[in-house]
Amino acid sequence: MRIDELIAQAKVIWEDALEAAFNISPQEAEFHCKPDRMNEFCNWLHHQKIYHFAGMIVEERSNRWDIHYLFYEEGVAVRILVKTGGPLDQKSFQSISRTIHAADWYEREAEDLFGLVFEGHPRLGDFILHDDVWQEGVEPMRAGFNIGAALENHKPKRDWRPRRIVRAPGSFIMPVGPVYSGDAESVHFHLETVGEEVIRVFPRLFFKYRGVEKIAEGQSVDEALLLAERFAGTTAFSHALAFCMAVEKIGPTVVPERAVALRVFFAELERCRHHIGVIESICNSTGLAVAASQAAILEEDALRLACELAGHRYLFGLVVPGGLSCDLDTDRCCQAVNKLKGIVQRLNDLDQALTASSSFLDRIEEVGIITESQARDYELVGPVARGSSYCNDLRRAQPYLLYDQYDFEIPCEQEGDGYARLRLLFAEVNQSLRIMDQVTENMPTGPVSNPYSVSPGAAVAGVETPRGATWHWVRVAEDGKIARYRPITPSFANWHGLHLAVESFAFQDFPIVLATFGLSVSENDR
Amino acid sequence: MNKWIEKGLRTGVVTTPYPKGRDEAAGISPGLPDAGAEVQDDNNTIASRCPTDALQPTDGPIKVDQRRCIHCFRCVRNAGEPFPWDSGFEWASLMSEASVFPPSFRRSLHIRVIDAGDCGACLNEVKLLNNPYYNMHRLGFFITPTPRQADVLLVIGPVADHMKIPLLKAYEAMPDPKRVMAVGVCALSGGVFRSGFIVGSGVSDLIPVDVEVPGCPPPPLAILHGLLVLAGRSEPHQFIEPANPVEGGVR
Repeated sequence: MRIDELIAQAKVIWEDALEAAFNISPQEAEFHCKPDRMNEFCNWLHHQKIYHFAGMIVEERSNRWDIHYLFYEEGVAVRILVKTGGPLDQKSFQSISRTIHAADWYEREAEDLFGLVFEGHPRLGDFILHDDVWQEGVEPMRAGFNIGAALENHKPKRDWRPRRIVRAPGSFIMPVGPVYSGDAESVHFHLETVGEEVIRVFPRLFFKYRGVEKIAEGQSVDEALLLAERFAGTTAFSHALAFCMAVEKIGPTVVPERAVALRVFFAELERCRHHIGVIESICNSTGLAVAASQAAILEEDALRLACELAGHRYLFGLVVPGGLSCDLDTDRCCQAVNKLKGIVQRLNDLDQALTASSSFLDRIEEVGIITESQARDYELVGPVARGSSYCNDLRRAQPYLLYDQYDFEIPCEQEGDGYARLRLLFAEVNQSLRIMDQVTENMPTGPVSNPYSVSPGAAVAGVETPRGATWHWVRVAEDGKIARYRPITPSFANWHGLHLAVESFAFQDFPIVLATFGLSVSENDR
Repeated sequence: MNKWIEKGLRTGVVTTPYPKGRDEAAGISPGLPDAGAEVQDDNNTIASRCPTDALQPTDGPIKVDQRRCIHCFRCVRNAGEPFPWDSGFEWASLMSEASVFPPSFRRSLHIRVIDAGDCGACLNEVKLLNNPYYNMHRLGFFITPTPRQADVLLVIGPVADHMKIPLLKAYEAMPDPKRVMAVGVCALSGGVFRSGFIVGSGVSDLIPVDVEVPGCPPPPLAILHGLLVLAGRSEPHQFIEPANPVEGGVR
C-alpha cells in the first residue's frame, strides 16, 4: 500500500485516536497515537493491514517519554513509526503484547531498564537485570540513573533457583548453564520434562548484558561505532553497517557508489561465513565429526579470505560513516569471488554427502518444528522464519544499498523443521555468492568514502544480517554526541520463539534444535 | 559411513606447522601495531586517532600498548602516515615465572572456557582451535566441560556483572594447581565496554590472571601460543606486572 493512501485511510478510521499522521520521507510514515488507543491502533496495523512488527524504541527525552513502535510492510519500502508517549511522571502505558505477541519481550525489557509498566502484560520483572543480583527499582537506562546507589544494594546471591511450573508425577527439572558444554555462550536453560518429552523450556538470558545502549549515551559517533561493531562480533559488519546507515541518514551523507557496492560484497561474504559456521555447529550437535571438521575447514577458509581482503577476520574496522575505511581493487574482488566459489563448491559437496546420510537426517528431520503462524505471531526473522515459509528478508522487503539491482532469490522452505533450516543455509550461501559475482562484474569506480560530518537528529536503518533483520535507531544530540542508540537485534526475536521449537520434542533433540536456530547470545544480550 | 571416512582421508592434512615450524599462510592474523616502531608523534596526531589509548604519546617515540589494541585500523587507514604494523601472532604475556605450570603439566592441559560476556568472535576463535587447521589435540590441549577436571580457566569477555558469580564458582571448583588465561582485549581491560556501569576492567578485577592474550579477537594461533606459554613450551612475548592484583587471591 502506498504511504499516502495508508495515511489517508488511517486518518479516517482513527480520527479520534491519532494526534498526527505524516510522512517523514517517501518510504517512512509517522503516526502519533494517543496512549490509551495504542493497543487498538497497533492491532489494526498488524492484523488488518498486515504490517510486520519490528520492535520498540523507548526514549527518555528532556521532559517526556517517546515510545516508538516500528512496523514495516513486505515488498514495499514502507516503514511506519507509531509514536506515543507522555510526561516523565507517567510510568504506565498500555501493553500491545496482548494482541501482538512479538512485543512481549520488548515490553519486559522496557519495564526492566526504564521502569515503565505495561498494563495488561502478565509477566513483567526478572528479565534483563536478574532479580538475584539487583534490587527492584534499579532503572539503568533512566537519565538520572545513580550507579552508586544501585551498587549499594547490589548483592548477588549464589543460590538462585527458578520457579518450577510443571507439577506432574515424575516431572523433573534439568537446569543447564550458564556455564555448560565445552565452548557454548553463557545462557541458562531450565528444561522441565516428564521423562523424554520437554514440557516447558525457559531460557534465562542476559548473563552477558553489558549495557551497550547505556555506554553509547554521550559518546561520539566514532566511539559508538566501535560498540556497534563489537557487541555481536560474528555479525560485526552487518551491525556496524546498520549503525552507519542510520547516522548517514541523519547527516544526510551520500555514500559513493563504489563503497555501496563493496558494502554489499562484504555483507554477503559475512553471510557466507556465518552460515558455514552454523552448518558446522549443526553437524557437531548431531555428532557427525567428519562433516563438522569439513565445515570448520571451510569456515576457516572464509575467515582467512576476509582477513586477506579487509585486514580482519571478522571485518572489524571496515565500515565507517560515509563509506569504507579501505578500498579493494576490482582484481582482488574477482580473485576473492573465485576463491569463494571453490569454498562454496566444497560446501555443496558436503550438502550432498549430508543428504545421503540417513543417520544424520533422522536427527534433524521433523525436529523442532515451527509453523508459519507461530513464526508470524512471534515475528521471527532470518533463516528461522524463512524455514517456516514466513519469507521475510529486508534485502527484498526494504531494499537498501543496491539490493534491488541484483538478481537473486530469497530461498524459502515449507516444513519449518531443523532440516528445512539447514537446507536454507546452504541455499542462502549460494545466493550470496551469486550477488557477489554480480557486484564484481559491475564494480563502479571512484572513491570509497565521502567526508562525514555529524549533525543532530534521529533515524532508524534496517539491515538483513545473517541471522535476520536488525534495526538500529540512533539519535544524535545538538552537541554531536549520541543521545540514544538502540539496536533491535534478530537474536532477540528468535530467542523469544525458541521455546516453540523445543517444547513437545524429545530431550535429546534440544541441542540440535538449538544449533539449527543459529542464535547468538551476545547479540541478544547486548 | 564409508563415504565419510573416504571424504576425511581425501581432505589430507591441512594442519598448521606451528609451533614446530612457522605458519605464514595469509589471513591467519589481523596483526597489531608494531611495539618496536620508532615513530615520533610531535603533534599527537597519530595517538589521538587511537580510541583505546593503545598508542600513547611520550617525549620520544610513541609507546605502543598492544594489550589495548582492538584492530580498528584508525592509525593505519586514516589520512596521514600509516603506523607500522606487526603481522605476527605470538602476543601472549606472562605475569611471572611462577605463572608457568610445573614441568609435569608440560605435555597436556585441560581447559575450561568461560564466556564472561564476549561478543562471539573470541569464542568462535576458541572453537576453531579444534578444527583441522589448528587441531590443538595434537599438542595435548583439550577443552573440558567441567571445571573440576580443568587446569586452565580460559576467560573471554569483559566479565559482565551477571557472570561474576558463575565465573567465581567455576574458578573455585578447579583443583590446584590452576592457572587463569585472559583472552581478548575485553578480558584484559574491559575493552570498549569498560566505561559501562555493569562491566569492570577485565578478569583481573576478580581472579588473578596468569597469562594474557591480546587481540580483538586474538586469532586461534595467538590463543595457542598462550597455552604453549602456560605449559612452558614457548617463550612469552613479554613479562608484565599484574594490572590490579586481587587481595587474598593466592593460589
